[in-house]
Amino acid sequence: MRNRRRAVLPGFRVTMGFTVFYLCLIVLGPLLTLPARAASLGWSGFWEVISDPRVVASYRLTLGASLAAACVNAVFGFLVAWVLVRYEFPGRRIIDALIDLPFALPTAVAGITLTALYAPNGWLGRPLAARGITVAFTPLGISIALVFIGLPFVVRTLQPVIEDLDTEVEEAAASLGAGRLQVLVRVILPYLYPAWLTGFALAFARAVGEYGSVVFISGNMPMRTEITPLLIVTKLEQYDYPGATAVALVLLIISFVLLFAINALQGWSARRLA
Amino acid sequence: MSRNISNVLILAALALAGCSRAPENGRPSTAAKPSVELLNVSYDPTRELYQEFNGEFARYWKAKAGQDVTIKQSHGGSGAQARSVIDGLEADVVTLALAYDIDAIAQAGLTGADWQKRLPQNSSPYTSTIVFLVRQGNPKGIKDWDDLVRPGIGIVPANPKTSGGARWTYLAAYGQALLKNKGDHAKARDYIASFYKNAPVLDSGARGATTTFVQRGIGDVLVGWENEAYLAQDEAKGQFDIVVPSSSILAEPPVAVVDKVAARKGTQPIAEAYVQYLYSPEGQEIAAKHHYRPRDAAVAAKHESNFAKVTLFTIDEVFGGWQTAQKTHFADKGTFDQIYRPGGR
Repeated sequence: MRNRRRAVLPGFRVTMGFTVFYLCLIVLGPLLTLPARAASLGWSGFWEVISDPRVVASYRLTLGASLAAACVNAVFGFLVAWVLVRYEFPGRRIIDALIDLPFALPTAVAGITLTALYAPNGWLGRPLAARGITVAFTPLGISIALVFIGLPFVVRTLQPVIEDLDTEVEEAAASLGAGRLQVLVRVILPYLYPAWLTGFALAFARAVGEYGSVVFISGNMPMRTEITPLLIVTKLEQYDYPGATAVALVLLIISFVLLFAINALQGWSARRLA
Repeated sequence: MSRNISNVLILAALALAGCSRAPENGRPSTAAKPSVELLNVSYDPTRELYQEFNGEFARYWKAKAGQDVTIKQSHGGSGAQARSVIDGLEADVVTLALAYDIDAIAQAGLTGADWQKRLPQNSSPYTSTIVFLVRQGNPKGIKDWDDLVRPGIGIVPANPKTSGGARWTYLAAYGQALLKNKGDHAKARDYIASFYKNAPVLDSGARGATTTFVQRGIGDVLVGWENEAYLAQDEAKGQFDIVVPSSSILAEPPVAVVDKVAARKGTQPIAEAYVQYLYSPEGQEIAAKHHYRPRDAAVAAKHESNFAKVTLFTIDEVFGGWQTAQKTHFADKGTFDQIYRPGGR
């Protein structure tokens, strides 16, 4: 009897056991090998690897470009999601399906395509170059690649929440005298905040680890356009597994701290809303 | 919405299923001996070379031993390929871009430390060198190494940290500067610093650098593998010229049998025959056809007109072998890294 009151569906123990086992196998296991491998460096060796000026420059680039891309995606992904949910127009379903393409496309294909497009002799690169803007092989190009791969995360997390948003609430607010901006800022945005932050965090996290689509457009110049994942590959190329894992560990910790902070922020704003 | 995602996933799954072929069924062979399969793990630009060589070797082996042999190929960056073999990719034979990568396989205990002594000429059945590919008519008047460091010249080498071919490029540039300045390392370092200062992009692989130069129109000179330069010229007739510098490095891409794997699979004799056949006139002829310099004197004489005369120096003469070169130049904080230190020029 007591059991039945606790959960409607049976099998809590089995499913929980499986979940823990599965997470250990798929997520925790690979992650734990990182500190284990990096440990062979010793503390001073570890510090030397991760504080190398070239490595530090790559953190700055990777995190900066990822943050910029996630911000762009947060703004325009919101617009796209809003338009797709709120308006009926011909071709809407096709555009809706297009959003998932960056998920499905092999990242190397995306990288090569973007480079061809933005190279100084490409369709978009040529007119931009005529105006003195170089995109390919600069941090700007890196951000564009990251915007491309991150867009679906924001759109797909926001869409269902916007779908749930009742237009009557907006109408009620308007009938009570709220202006358009007031409705947006006081009624709609607070409701969308948590999902929006999730989308932002996902797009950001994906961008930090991205390799395939970026190496083609980045130009890989030391100190200037070298992303952290490239340095990890570079170290592997020298059979320097401990060094590669050390840098990977730093990236992992930074990502985890940021994701944790964003999750906390999201929980806080969700509670405030309730 | 979720239906869309699942549609895409299903499509992607179908596409993947369509791409991957089921492994060939062990067809009962007509000969008495059962058919064998070899895996040759190689680097990027050798794709076309080994495609042709494998067919030729299968015919030869069938006639000699009456046994059917299928050779599977795997291509990728040389270092990444070596790591796959170390991590358990079952390669009977490795044919990589540089000895350093096969040394790593030997250090992992998969083949003997003396591997490079087992076959003639440092176990390199064919060689190549580093040349320049310039735009049609050579508008910037590039003739030799010194022209590459002139201000305003854009050169496209690949990244020596991630590409085996690019390491040969670096060693060619450094080595010729060293020889020219009678062994003055400071002058050679100055040269190499101004060399990479003229590089707007460092692609992660040799093929990527070719694409950057040919398709994207970046730079004035592609500095890389001779065979890649010929390939690019064949693909785009009349758009590029090859310029051969006065001196360059003798690049020796080595081959080896992976003892441990071959012994376990029982393919040792045929794997040995495979690498030895690369030295046969037939094998040498195929190498020459794909713009690799043949070792065999007769075949080399026949193709003499296809390979420009250039003074070649070896890595052993100038750099004391791969292990030393790697440590001094390409390891973290090595000479290459120092070029990019802030204020380190």
